[in-house]
Amino acid sequence: MCENTKNIIEINDLEVNFKIKQGFYEEYIKRDKKIVRAVDKVNLNIGKGEIVSLVGESGSGKTSTGRALLQLTPISSGNIVFDGEEIKLNDKEYMKNFRKRAQMIFQDPYQSLNPRFTVFDIVTEPLLFTNSKARIAEKEVLALKALEFAGLRPAAEYLYRYPHELSGGQRQRVSIATCFIMSPDFIIADEPVSMLDASVRADILKLFVSMKEQQGTSFLFITHDLALAWLISNRVAIMYLGKIMESGPADLIADGCLHPYSQALTSVLAMVGEKKKTKRIVLKDETPSPLKVPKGCRFHTRCPVSRPYCSEVEPEYREINPGHFIYCHYPQKII
Amino acid sequence: MSEVLLEVQNLKTYFTITKGKVKAVDGVSFTLNKGESIGLVGESGCGKTTTALSVIRLLPKEGNVEGGKIIFEGNDITNLEEEKLSDFRWKEVSMIFQGAMNALNPVKRVCDQIAEPILLHEKISKTEAMKRVKELFELVELDTNLMYSYPHEFSGGMRQRAIIAMALACNPKLIIGDEPTTALDVMVQAQILDLINDLRKKLNMSMIMITHDLSIITETCDKVAIMYAGKIVELGETEEVVTNSLHPYTKMLISAFPNIYGERKMVDSIPGDPPDLYNPPEGCRFAQRCHMVNSKVCIPEESPPLIDYTGEGHFVACHLWRNSNV
Ligand SMILES: Nc1ncnc2c1ncn2[C@@H]1O[C@H](COP(=O)(O)OP(=O)(O)OP(=O)(O)O)[C@@H](O)[C@H]1O
Ligand SMILES: Nc1ncnc2c1ncn2[C@@H]1O[C@H](COP(=O)(O)OP(=O)(O)OP(=O)(O)O)[C@@H](O)[C@H]1O
Ligand SMILES: [Mg+2]
Ligand SMILES: [Mg+2]
Repeated sequence: MCENTKNIIEINDLEVNFKIKQGFYEEYIKRDKKIVRAVDKVNLNIGKGEIVSLVGESGSGKTSTGRALLQLTPISSGNIVFDGEEIKLNDKEYMKNFRKRAQMIFQDPYQSLNPRFTVFDIVTEPLLFTNSKARIAEKEVLALKALEFAGLRPAAEYLYRYPHELSGGQRQRVSIATCFIMSPDFIIADEPVSMLDASVRADILKLFVSMKEQQGTSFLFITHDLALAWLISNRVAIMYLGKIMESGPADLIADGCLHPYSQALTSVLAMVGEKKKTKRIVLKDETPSPLKVPKGCRFHTRCPVSRPYCSEVEPEYREINPGHFIYCHYPQKII
Repeated sequence: MSEVLLEVQNLKTYFTITKGKVKAVDGVSFTLNKGESIGLVGESGCGKTTTALSVIRLLPKEGNVEGGKIIFEGNDITNLEEEKLSDFRWKEVSMIFQGAMNALNPVKRVCDQIAEPILLHEKISKTEAMKRVKELFELVELDTNLMYSYPHEFSGGMRQRAIIAMALACNPKLIIGDEPTTALDVMVQAQILDLINDLRKKLNMSMIMITHDLSIITETCDKVAIMYAGKIVELGETEEVVTNSLHPYTKMLISAFPNIYGERKMVDSIPGDPPDLYNPPEGCRFAQRCHMVNSKVCIPEESPPLIDYTGEGHFVACHLWRNSNV
């Protein structure tokens, strides 16, 4: 890892657009091309050895951001700097190394593992690309180490099982072992615990924290769960309709949010055994379609404190306090 | 004194599979008063849905109530005849099924789908049924102009409202929600929970809320039953169970949830997996995963009974509490 850069990832004005397939009439006669701006000018840095959470509701653009970072989805504009240099998409040697250093853990432990492969096959698959000459015995040693690390102990007992013989939590550990076998510097974990029972997810979260602390691994942790984001990350970013509304230290979630959207989200969080101290702000209606992003501030249609100006001019994403960024004309406490 | 609506007594519901029986619900008892709500909470596979399906008498054919009783408004409905069941299901009890909002018929208008149970169970005309659908739309705060739309024109939150409207179609006394907000976004979830709370008050309805998310229970239920491996291990007023929990499982489950108003410390997991209900262990079913286990008592003795530990309706099924009580 390059020692003299502070950030593992720098996202600059990232845009990801998807063209929606339509009928011949709309497409060619009306020339009405429909474009989803899944990610709209997103800026975010992830420091080395840092866990940054990307939080947002379904469709807000979290996965698209993550996939774009790993160059699994084409970037429409903007750029991504990895460990001090812009990702060289056309440089085969560079990309091979990049794919080794940056890994993704997918959301669904029930779909992301090939049912016909054994745990050994799954965990050692990445070695085909990087270390294709490794012999079985050598691979077994690596696989055992990775499984052990991911908390599947005794690892030898799991090595030749199939995914359907594992519980959800165990499958997610296999995904983590697969990712760990490459000793990546940067991991994107896309909702890695959302399919798991609360009683088993803590182990997975602890694993991330210990990778961060022991190996200095950096994480982009994608989640819709603000409380989990608060719990494990250094910093958080809250997305709405393809844009980051607010980002800053994780503690913001407990008490420091200034964007009306983030405050509404935290106000409706229920905590076990905790009487609500603050008033709940339940937003009306639902998030507009990403095909019809409102003019001005894209949150103004649902904002409890919007003013006329908000529907006309789009706010800048700006730093209001050191390390605290916001997309809002009138940041304020509303609770 | 509040009136009892539902009594589940020592319910045993087993599934017959080729190699034997899965004891999905094994001796579950609780009561529910009129207008009251109870939460059933526990890990995946602990028997929440099976308990509900037993109450509403909709078990798949391999599932059978093999013991215990279900008493609704004083009548034993455990063996209610088939022809009475269909009315019982809509007029007395109705259920919001796990994942139902994705199971709406895509080629039928939403209003027709809601009108269906009304036409089947109330002797009224199509026009009157449609009037009722309109009322239901208003009740669940859906735009009545959208009555004639198809499900795909509805967002997730709107579809869940339609499902709730359908469940309310014949004015049931008890509504069962099986993970009714699990797939929804935080804000939509808050909207739906508010709606359910309002409706319950307005209609004085009782509710069984099934979820694996304890934090939802705190917001919606008067009472909570913590289930583990087919049994209730703790039962009582929500506030009491959550703040003065007795059973080691309840305590561990609570500490698996972060609290943003508290100290920022890592949550805990419960080591191991729940037992296989085809062949559940002898003694306390939680013993293998319990950090307080006393191997002289918890494993050799019978599975502990659910006893009222405080004498005021806070029940616990644990040998450790049982012994410290005597
Ligand atoms: N391949 C694609 N083609 C067209 N539209 C897409 C594609 N992938 C994503 N989108 C759209 O882009 C937007 C952002 O999607 P994305 O999957 O990034 O959201 P997300 O925040 O990860 O949501 P979730 O929490 O549901 O996973 C959505 O409106 C989605 O419908
Ligand atoms: N049709 C069936 N045949 C055999 N076993 C079944 C059947 N349905 C459920 N089971 C078993 O019964 C037990 C209880 O299942 P149930 O669906 O009631 O759990 P649950 O608490 O609702 O779980 P979840 O939170 O995953 O919905 C599980 O062990 C399950 O595997
Ligand atoms: Mg996603
Ligand atoms: Mg269930």
